[in-house]
Amino acid sequence: MKVCRRSFLSLIIGGAAGTAFSPLPWKLIDDASIWTQNWPWTSVPEDGEVSHVNSVCTLCPGGCGITVRKVNNRAIKIEGMKGHPVNDGGICVLGVSGLQLLYGPTRVKTPLKRTGVRGEGKWKKISWDEAIAEVVKKLVSLRKEGKSHTVASISGSDRGTVAQLLGRFLTAYGSPNFIRTPSIQDSYELTAHLMQGGQDQVGFDAENSDFVLSFGSGLIEGWGSPVRMIKANSKWKERGKVVQIESRLSNTAAKADEWISINPGTEATLAFGIANVIIQESLYNTDFADNYSYGFEEFKQFVLSEFSPDDVAEITGVSSSTIESLAKNFAKASKPLAVCGRGKGETPGSLNEFIAVNALNALVGNINKKGGVWSVPDLDYIKWPEPEKDLVAENGMNKGRIDCAGSSKYPDTRYLLDRLPSAINSGEQYPIEALFVAGANPLYTMTDSKKVKEAFDKIPFVVSFSSYMDETAENADLILPNHVFLERYEDVPTPPGMQKPVISLSKPVVNPLFDTKHLGDVILLIAKSFGGKIADAFPWDNYEACLKETLGNDWDKLVDDGYLFHSNFRPAAWGNAFSNTPSKKFEFVNKGKAESVKIEGDEQSYPFILMPYDSMRLASGFIGDPPFAIKTVEDTVLKAKEIVVEINPRTARGFVEGGYAILSTPKGQAKVRVHYSDGVMPGIVAIPRGLGHTAYDDYLAGKGVNFNELIGLVEDPVSGLNAAWGIRAKLTRA
Amino acid sequence: MKKQIEAKKYGMVIDLDKCTGCGACMAACMSENNVSFRKDESNKLDSITWMRVYKLTNGKEFPEADMCYLPRPCMHCEGEHGHAPCVSVCPATATDYNHETGIVSQIYTRCFGCRYCMAACPYHARYFNWWDPVWPEGMEESLSPNVSSRMRGVVEKCSFCFHRYQLAMNKAYNDGRRELEEQEYQTACTQACPAGAITFGDLNNPNHAVTKIAQPDSKHGGRPKNPNAFRLLERLKTNPKVYYLSSREWVRRAGDNYIENEGKKEIL
Repeated sequence: MKVCRRSFLSLIIGGAAGTAFSPLPWKLIDDASIWTQNWPWTSVPEDGEVSHVNSVCTLCPGGCGITVRKVNNRAIKIEGMKGHPVNDGGICVLGVSGLQLLYGPTRVKTPLKRTGVRGEGKWKKISWDEAIAEVVKKLVSLRKEGKSHTVASISGSDRGTVAQLLGRFLTAYGSPNFIRTPSIQDSYELTAHLMQGGQDQVGFDAENSDFVLSFGSGLIEGWGSPVRMIKANSKWKERGKVVQIESRLSNTAAKADEWISINPGTEATLAFGIANVIIQESLYNTDFADNYSYGFEEFKQFVLSEFSPDDVAEITGVSSSTIESLAKNFAKASKPLAVCGRGKGETPGSLNEFIAVNALNALVGNINKKGGVWSVPDLDYIKWPEPEKDLVAENGMNKGRIDCAGSSKYPDTRYLLDRLPSAINSGEQYPIEALFVAGANPLYTMTDSKKVKEAFDKIPFVVSFSSYMDETAENADLILPNHVFLERYEDVPTPPGMQKPVISLSKPVVNPLFDTKHLGDVILLIAKSFGGKIADAFPWDNYEACLKETLGNDWDKLVDDGYLFHSNFRPAAWGNAFSNTPSKKFEFVNKGKAESVKIEGDEQSYPFILMPYDSMRLASGFIGDPPFAIKTVEDTVLKAKEIVVEINPRTARGFVEGGYAILSTPKGQAKVRVHYSDGVMPGIVAIPRGLGHTAYDDYLAGKGVNFNELIGLVEDPVSGLNAAWGIRAKLTRA
Repeated sequence: MKKQIEAKKYGMVIDLDKCTGCGACMAACMSENNVSFRKDESNKLDSITWMRVYKLTNGKEFPEADMCYLPRPCMHCEGEHGHAPCVSVCPATATDYNHETGIVSQIYTRCFGCRYCMAACPYHARYFNWWDPVWPEGMEESLSPNVSSRMRGVVEKCSFCFHRYQLAMNKAYNDGRRELEEQEYQTACTQACPAGAITFGDLNNPNHAVTKIAQPDSKHGGRPKNPNAFRLLERLKTNPKVYYLSSREWVRRAGDNYIENEGKKEIL
């Protein structure tokens, strides 16, 4: 048969048309896509029975209720718990990513003992018996040498049974050095102690406030209990006004009804300036000032003589007309509230500023009033008798604290962790021979990383109770891994800033995955090894028994509901709210001169001011970002492995958007990328906090710079707390 | 065959005044839908985020600068009669407009990765799997059995948590019901949002909050009657089912492409 051109083309075209009209190509495409997806490594999650467990998240101090969805024994999703008094169903980016910490590669799976040089990452797996024996051996020998006071413990919290057990152990053992990690809680507690008396927590009836004046607080960026504050912010959108005073257009500033840019570090001055107008115009609450306060006249003279709106405008950069209208609007609001503590509030700040802001609250008479600042007493469910101390313990406890908290120099401050490195490095008092770290990651979170590391290197015995291989665990001698929050029981008392007392119960959602042990049980085991009065101070068989006994009748309710909320709580009336101050009244204390805190570095060599900023998407506390959370971080914050700093285009001469620069401060240097942002005040370099981890997994480690490496300490002269809000810096082309 | 269920049109209203840009919706979505992650996710063009929160700025100088966050799920465009931009171009029928729910589906096993739909989508709501997903050892334990994990070579996107609709419907059928209560079917992002900025429901149901807030005008392709509400790229007539609310005009204008000074109400 002859194949001519015509028949050839007919065959081809006909064939093609025929095939196209047949189902064949579509079937082939479909099959091809199915068969190219059937690989053995494509994961097929196992199905099974679905159940839900209510618990509480302890990844930050926020204390949100969570509901964890499980399939068989696997936890597959963390959701906010509906009806929980703190977060009522809402959840944050860190909380929702919590399962990646449970199942993630950063877990410490067994007790570990260091074999190589510190920080080298060489470990030997040891048994729990060996681990505890190791700790006890060290502690016993220190006690024998009469050095019990040289043992220190850094804890993320001082409330709740676990922290209390740790503190109790130190007391019975004979060391005064139980130290809580610093935050604005220190400043708020101290302010309340000085002005209102007592040691109550400070709560904010934020939801009911109709005019919130925030001095740089990241109200929606993690300040207080983060989800609760974001919820409150949504309420203010409906009926309330927020004024944000800050040098940078933060998320809070952008969401606020009014953003007032201020020269950084002059917040206290502005607060006094506002007080000046309120007093001048007689807009203050006369009932409160006349009948329930002490020192008002003196305060009045101080404010009137030194803080005229014009002078304040000069210092703060806020015009006097703005100051005046702000003061009037604040004082005339029916439920005004002034708050401070920068960003998430992870650095305490200057006492002067807190006192100034709290004085504003007092002037408008919102202390212990609806929508105002409340004194929230600690729930006293922990009613353990004082531990009996033997002679060694007595001697040890009589030694002064290494951080000088409570000493004649800082009589009212309770913890001063930031002073620990200099105390160790200078060797003025006594060396620290053993350090225990629980619920904290000081090597990452503490200011002036170099000095902190230097001090840690001087401590011969460092024990970490971390569940994750964080920076502190990496540099420890011994890791005794605690269960992750989803594997353990724990009581979680009222979160910071909450206006009504609440206890939540953290419950095991899954059985412990690895050979870890509850910190409470570890403390009991260590204490029992000592025998004598130390063991006697811990009469419980195990932590769960201790918790059950401590909570007493509340236990059942906590197990059933997950929380215990004192919804009817009302703070004390003015008549008897201040019975713990010397005058039995609210005291307008006047501690130190109202000077703005001077930051480190000279203007000549360091023309810029470097300031950190906080973001919900970047966990900057003792927990680092899990993979989901770091994935949400914008490329104007982190680009590949480089941190991006924000500068105003007006001061950005010589730099290109996205280009490299060298950022140097008196404390250190870092290679950064530059991002133009009109939201930053000219002259300021804004740097995100929460990056620059050296530990954790490949998803987080080695990305960006830790701000703490670039900044030093600025000690508040009255409280001793860290008041540094920034540092002078230089930006040069890379 | 008689239609048993009245047609739904699931949609979303996102209040940008309330949105704080915290990112909880993004992570909640990832956790709910087994979204994969890699060591470096800072190249946002290939970072798979079914829900992505964009940051808008008003372009003014300090201190007049302002910004706003805008969460962007899949818009589940209806176009005209279900002709969503992506649906029209898919050669494999891997993406389809479901007239029962108004949800634009994505069927991974049908997708062979031509990425026409990505080119067609004006919202960058679709993402391509350039790599096989790899979970660090142990983390596969946290995967949900309700959503199949994807693999290299397929496109994925927000499904309005369609599996939650299926689960809710199954439960309703078991209880002898044909209709869902408003709260029975909510997406993971709606549920997670700490600000309560996201509202989800049936735009065909006048009693649902979404309808009450957005007030879609069915005569004009679903355009919102609420003066503060807008949809992204309205003039493309994609008829999206995600509405945004903002009290700031510059934000509303940022939702579409305008010629300078076109239709401006404010004198700037």
